[in-house]
Amino acid sequence: MKFPYSFPLTRAFSLYMGQASLLAWETLTSILAGRIRWRLVVRQIVEIGFGSQAVVIVTGIFTGAVFTAQIFFQFNALNMSTAVGPVVSVALFRELGPVLTGLMVAGRVGAAMSAEIGTMKVTEQIDALRALAVNPIDYLVVPRAVALMVSMPLLVGECIFFALTASYFVATRILNVNSVFFLHHMEGYTHGKDIVMALTKGFVFAIIVAIVGCHQGLSTRNGAVGVGRSTTDAVVISSLTILMVNFFLTMALNIVFPAGTARY
Amino acid sequence: MTPVKDNMIEVRGLRQTFGGQEILRGVDLDIPRGKTLVLLGQSGGGKSVFLRHLIGLLKPIAGSIRVEGEEIAGLDERELEPVRRKIGMLFQDGALFDSMTVYENVSFPLRERGFRDEKVIRLKVEKALELVSLSGQETKMPSNLSGGMRKRVALARVIISEPSCILYDEPTAGLDPIVSDTINRLIRRLQSHLHVTSIVVTHDMISTNHIADRVALLRSGTIHFEGTLADLHSSQDPVIRDFIEGRSHEID
Repeated sequence: MKFPYSFPLTRAFSLYMGQASLLAWETLTSILAGRIRWRLVVRQIVEIGFGSQAVVIVTGIFTGAVFTAQIFFQFNALNMSTAVGPVVSVALFRELGPVLTGLMVAGRVGAAMSAEIGTMKVTEQIDALRALAVNPIDYLVVPRAVALMVSMPLLVGECIFFALTASYFVATRILNVNSVFFLHHMEGYTHGKDIVMALTKGFVFAIIVAIVGCHQGLSTRNGAVGVGRSTTDAVVISSLTILMVNFFLTMALNIVFPAGTARY
Repeated sequence: MTPVKDNMIEVRGLRQTFGGQEILRGVDLDIPRGKTLVLLGQSGGGKSVFLRHLIGLLKPIAGSIRVEGEEIAGLDERELEPVRRKIGMLFQDGALFDSMTVYENVSFPLRERGFRDEKVIRLKVEKALELVSLSGQETKMPSNLSGGMRKRVALARVIISEPSCILYDEPTAGLDPIVSDTINRLIRRLQSHLHVTSIVVTHDMISTNHIADRVALLRSGTIHFEGTLADLHSSQDPVIRDFIEGRSHEID
């Protein structure tokens, strides 16, 4: 077994995966054991979920708008401008909505989690919690994880709603696509399973952002420099993980929820 | 040796290394119940590291730590919680929760232990703050307090849950002589009135003379001396004399 571990990168990756998996496992057992401080969960939902709305809405609006414009420019040349609606809708539900929301939340919330917990770590506040017989995973990780698991699917839905609204206005008011056909085709090609796929991905990305952010915070060392490094790493690692996991989720979920054809 | 039943904490053969350097090389120490033991030693000599082992914040690489007869060296975080409810720790820089007010910091242990009646909580917080001479500071944030005030708030947070044993990491470092005396008197009062067992890590000989029932000197990762305050002062051991009199033999 020496070979793969002889590479520092392999060893670091194995160590990281081990630690993150252990944290995820301990968080899960705490949640299942009911060690959830609901007051802190609500506070985190306000900070994480409510506070992320502006970022997610702006992301949704401009992604929906620009994606609609690009699809229109391509499809209009083929006289398929009314197909813009379904293409944008399916792409938003199955990929863009959850991935972009995940990335934006990773940037905003993952960084904040890592910085907050990391600062607590280097100023001995985590040790103070432990000394007061309070488990840091129960007190810090569980509320953030639960809040994200609740908030993220809602944020994904919100992002997609605003993206579709922007898409509708850009297509019908600026690009002169027939609004009746646009909506008819969009509705015809968008299925319940696309919505379930979006929400499922949002839920999985919530777990990634929470575990990576909290893990980076809890493993912070070396004062202010360490906090900065943890914060950067939290954003980079959670963003890359979301992009990689998204591919495998797409492949797996496509078996459970295969892309559908028109209902008419 | 002191009979087992009279010891709050018993440490045997405690060893710890950091980055290949052996900090603790087999520490043996008994902490008698209801007494104040002062642990002296050079800076960077492992006193704070030793203290952290007594509450399970660090795991030893070898050795035994028994708290009221229960071995804690191999316990995990959850198994350590009942032990930690019995032992309070004052950190060197206070380690206050910087996003909470003084009131929220001091009331934190009560809320975590299930206290819900706000009147009872407020009364206890006021009493704890009065003990450390900080009445009326409830609404301040830790960032608006001086170092000494932060340490006293941290002490109020420790004593509010009435632990049977308190670990003090440099309780008077950075405090003016008057506030230091307040802390020393408080440690003494907790010991005489409530029979709290105290382990105090300090360099401060004035404080040591004021509060110590027993004194131990940690040197080169082992206990070099352990005895009463009178034993310490009457010792002719050059290492102890150098420490008491603040003499260095280092060559410039």
